[in-house]
Amino acid sequence: MTLTLAVPSAIIVADSFLTHGAYGGVERPFTLENYARLFDPLYAMIFWRSFWIAGIATALCLALGFPLALFIARSGARKNLYLSLVILPFWTSFLIRTYAWMFLLRDTGLINTALQAMHIIRDPLPMLYNDGAVILGLVYGFLPFAVLPLYATLERLDRSLLEASADLGAKPRDTLFRVMIPLCAPGIRASAILVFVPCLGTYLTSDLLGGSKTILIGNLVQNQFTASRDWPFGAAASIALMIVAMALLFAARRKGEELL
Amino acid sequence: MKRLFANRGLAFYAVLVYAFLHVPLLILAIFSFNSSKFTVWEGFSFHWYSAAFGDRDLIESAANSLIIAISATALATIIGTLAAYGLWKRASPLLAGSMYLSLATPEIVTGVSLLAFFQWSFRFLHFRLGMHTVILAHVAFSVAYVAVVVMARLRSFDPALEEAALDLGSNEWRAFQLVTLPYLTPAIAAAAMLAFTVSIDDYVITSLVAGVDSQTLPMVIYALARRGVNPMLNAVSTIVVFALGTMVLLSEKLRSA
Repeated sequence: MTLTLAVPSAIIVADSFLTHGAYGGVERPFTLENYARLFDPLYAMIFWRSFWIAGIATALCLALGFPLALFIARSGARKNLYLSLVILPFWTSFLIRTYAWMFLLRDTGLINTALQAMHIIRDPLPMLYNDGAVILGLVYGFLPFAVLPLYATLERLDRSLLEASADLGAKPRDTLFRVMIPLCAPGIRASAILVFVPCLGTYLTSDLLGGSKTILIGNLVQNQFTASRDWPFGAAASIALMIVAMALLFAARRKGEELL
Repeated sequence: MKRLFANRGLAFYAVLVYAFLHVPLLILAIFSFNSSKFTVWEGFSFHWYSAAFGDRDLIESAANSLIIAISATALATIIGTLAAYGLWKRASPLLAGSMYLSLATPEIVTGVSLLAFFQWSFRFLHFRLGMHTVILAHVAFSVAYVAVVVMARLRSFDPALEEAALDLGSNEWRAFQLVTLPYLTPAIAAAAMLAFTVSIDDYVITSLVAGVDSQTLPMVIYALARRGVNPMLNAVSTIVVFALGTMVLLSEKLRSA
């Protein structure tokens, strides 16, 4: 097990320090140039945009997921049914669920066709192939990741604490922000990391819904390994991505939280 | 006490989020039965289903996907179960850590590392990218899913039961086979189904390590989707979602059993 993870990782680390060959292979000499190139404004921009988009998607997932998790945690006997309804899309084809949004959002898609038929708009709204569509796709895909840990903490939350807060005269809003959310902080952190890490490395969503305009880290890595055939640079970019993911996971572990 | 959120408001909100999660696929399913090529309802028809079943690329890739998913699931289930059992017997932070890490690694990173690994091993072995590399890659990423599910079940297993079997004169293998394994069976079945769903659905890793002869169903779907919306794809999607959905529900049932 450890080997299946360690050996490929070791090779990718080695690759990232090599020079790319004329025919796409990897050659000596060893170099740090691949990492230096990551700081090139062009690529730094891609990293920055990836962080930005993943950040917005994560925030939206948390904001949308929190009330839903609360609803499930309070739903008594039907809890399992409601949970399955969240888990079901989580395991059914990510690719097809992304495609479903293409079907809805494109110029001749359902939403535009319907709006035109109702004479609300004349020309189709450009909803597909932009950052908004990518964020929508990410939220749609990773919302279940956010709901599950939130649900787990809300489930354990002692309701008498909320009642105490209300009895002591706190307004509902104060109880939410000053009692409930701080108590759920571990679940919120776990959700945020579980959503943020895959969003940061997304490849499929940005490729299908973002079109060629939205290039994120995932697309950059994939492109270096296929079309550009610059493996060492792709390896360096993928290691940078991995380091961010690992740093976040270890930060969470140090707080003694179980992520799964 | 004034409720923090009025329960009715919360329920209404939940309905909206569930709609957001499920309606897009429902619409896709409805339009797969549309006789028109365009997004306007013209009449009920199975036209796109027969078109999909008549498409050689789709059928061939679906067959490839099934072969890959079945072999990868079988291997991953065995390795994952043994890994979970081993971890339960003797804690190994290294093994446990690498397992969680492999679940948390972005797919694209797993994909390119495996690709680099295969290319490197081809220097010594006379292989090329193809079905076998796809199967190996799928085993590599689904083992962790299997192990996590089986481990959850092992947590509620009383080690005294296995010790009792040993005391009564059975050897370690017999004790595992007759006592531990039957207890784990529902979890193993659930884990196998999950491994199957992640395997049959994977695009990112597969597309990187696949050879010319190993197009999988997600790869064909992806290629079609990139070219734009295609009513045949709605039909294929509906079949896949329905089949996977049934399997996931079944797996959930087994897990909670």
